[in-house]
Amino acid sequence: MSGKFVVGYDGSEASIRALDFAVDRAKNQGGSVLIAHVLEWSPYSFLTPKELEERHKRRGEELARAEEAIIDPVKKRLSQSGIGVETKIKYGHIANTLCDICKESGAVQIVVGRDGDGGLGTRIFGSVASSLVQTAPVPCTVVP
Amino acid sequence: MKRTLKYAAMAAAGLAMTSAPALAQTLDEKVNAKFSSATGWFVNFIFSPFPGTSFPWIVAWLVVAATIFTFYFMFIQFRAFPHSISLVKGDYSDPNDAGEVSHFQALATALSGTVGLGNIAGVAVAVGIGGPGATFWMILAGLMGMASKFTECTLGVKYRNEYEDGTVSGGPMYYLTKGFKERGLPGGKFLAILFSIFCILGALGGGNMFQANQAHAQITNVVGNYPGWITGVVFAGIVFAVIVGGLQSIAKVTEKVVPFMGVLYVGAALIIILMNYDKIGWAFGQIFSGAFTGLGVAGGVVGALIQGFKRAAFSNEAGVGSAAIAHSAVRTKEPITEGFVSLLEPFIDTVVICTMTALVIIITGQLVADPNTGLYILDEGGQTIQTIDGNKGVALTSAAFSASFGWFKYILAIAVILFAFSTMISWSYYGLKAWTYLFGEGHTKELVFKIIFCIFVIIGAAASLGPVIDFSDAAIFAMAVVNITGLYMLMPIVKRELDSYLGRLKTGEIKKFQ
Repeated sequence: MSGKFVVGYDGSEASIRALDFAVDRAKNQGGSVLIAHVLEWSPYSFLTPKELEERHKRRGEELARAEEAIIDPVKKRLSQSGIGVETKIKYGHIANTLCDICKESGAVQIVVGRDGDGGLGTRIFGSVASSLVQTAPVPCTVVP
Repeated sequence: MKRTLKYAAMAAAGLAMTSAPALAQTLDEKVNAKFSSATGWFVNFIFSPFPGTSFPWIVAWLVVAATIFTFYFMFIQFRAFPHSISLVKGDYSDPNDAGEVSHFQALATALSGTVGLGNIAGVAVAVGIGGPGATFWMILAGLMGMASKFTECTLGVKYRNEYEDGTVSGGPMYYLTKGFKERGLPGGKFLAILFSIFCILGALGGGNMFQANQAHAQITNVVGNYPGWITGVVFAGIVFAVIVGGLQSIAKVTEKVVPFMGVLYVGAALIIILMNYDKIGWAFGQIFSGAFTGLGVAGGVVGALIQGFKRAAFSNEAGVGSAAIAHSAVRTKEPITEGFVSLLEPFIDTVVICTMTALVIIITGQLVADPNTGLYILDEGGQTIQTIDGNKGVALTSAAFSASFGWFKYILAIAVILFAFSTMISWSYYGLKAWTYLFGEGHTKELVFKIIFCIFVIIGAAASLGPVIDFSDAAIFAMAVVNITGLYMLMPIVKRELDSYLGRLKTGEIKKFQ
């Protein structure tokens, strides 16, 4: 089975493990990876008037920072890997946005990491990994 | 964090020295006297009634404008209501624009500037004088005001300035200049300058001193009396930390808590109304018969009508132009969409929240009526209706809610303080926009305004500067005189936008994304 692996990537240890896992599989199967970085965002959050005014500017800055600090290093790291690498930065609810990216790109699998740190917040609201397991449109691998 | 705290401490210390109580008193009297003589004519002019009546012409100005816009746009507030809801839900938002200002965010921010003391205290005053019938006229004026908001907020987005760095500035000063120029009309610049001056005065007064003053009054209601300058310094310190120190986290907390408080308030009101479900029919009966017979209130039907109209106009700011500043930051290709979204604002503010306050006061039987005639009994002055405990204003609302839930007065006190704070943050921004329009942008120029704003917080909380507050209220309504004049000139532009948009919506050129 060759095809595209979507990797949820935020630069953390866990997401690096997920990326390595996906790159290995892609190499073996002659597939490619799509590295997706999602910036948490809700259109229903509350902003002050000053934040409204600057939002467009800040968004540009945030995207540039994500590109530079998260996406560029990983691109460099994978430049010698010999597999196809695409990247995507998006705003939204992390799990839902990853699902949307899978559907749009026709990916065959989604790979995310987990840090195994089941804090109180995770217990109440669930983690990205656990919501993906329940909602992903394609098989989902959670790398410990 | 550390830096901002230092700022706040410096501000508090510096400002405290200038407002020691003894000094504030003499300052009080001086300012009072000066202001009365210098500005009395202006206040009298703005709030002057039509000859032979007690109907202030400024209220008529706002209601007539709302009616004209309602007819001109063929009841847009009802036609577009469902579409407005889907816009706020984000049905028409391009997912690729995620991370930009959404319709919901622009609406929520604008609402936190208008939902405030007017909804809680103002309605109690209106019902206390005009009786239940005032509610009917208030709802009617609120529904009409939706068309004014629609007009001004569409123009606010259409003629906003978008700068190279990606920030935006919008509001009446921009549509007055650019819109007038586009239509080849003279005087746009003059109106824009006039608007900006009134906006600064309104921001310092109604949007600041009045809020600080009432917040202090609420706190002393709960914890007992203490000097107002203490509240003022604390409030000024927090406002300073937010607007000068850039401590957005405080503002963020408020912005999150305020909608929660709004929901809690409406929820509590609904529960009280449902607990008295057997009186709902009676209450609406009182509202309707009061609207057309007066039920014995001072001034009869006209008295009820004035109070209702006045409350709606003062509360939702439709036609004042302030909302156009807040709404103009939204990310949209179609300015008219923000107009649709903004028309929900007077609906939520007046038709929902103000009406809840009025219903709770009526249904809990706060107003005393003669059991034989069914007419309301007036107290000694002959102006206001007798209430069971003699309460007026915010105390009347508090008593009505506490009749069912004794602890609600504490929630109400917190709500009033938070509403006051969020209104101050919003108006500091409106004032700043007008300031930079007049004097240009720049760090020092902006800092000057922000410091002036903080000083006025202390003055507002420390003193009962009647004439100053009258003047600043007058300034807010003077904004409406300028703004609505402009809206009359520019409404054909909105009409063109509307027809084009509705046409494209019909043909399916404008599609839902979700």
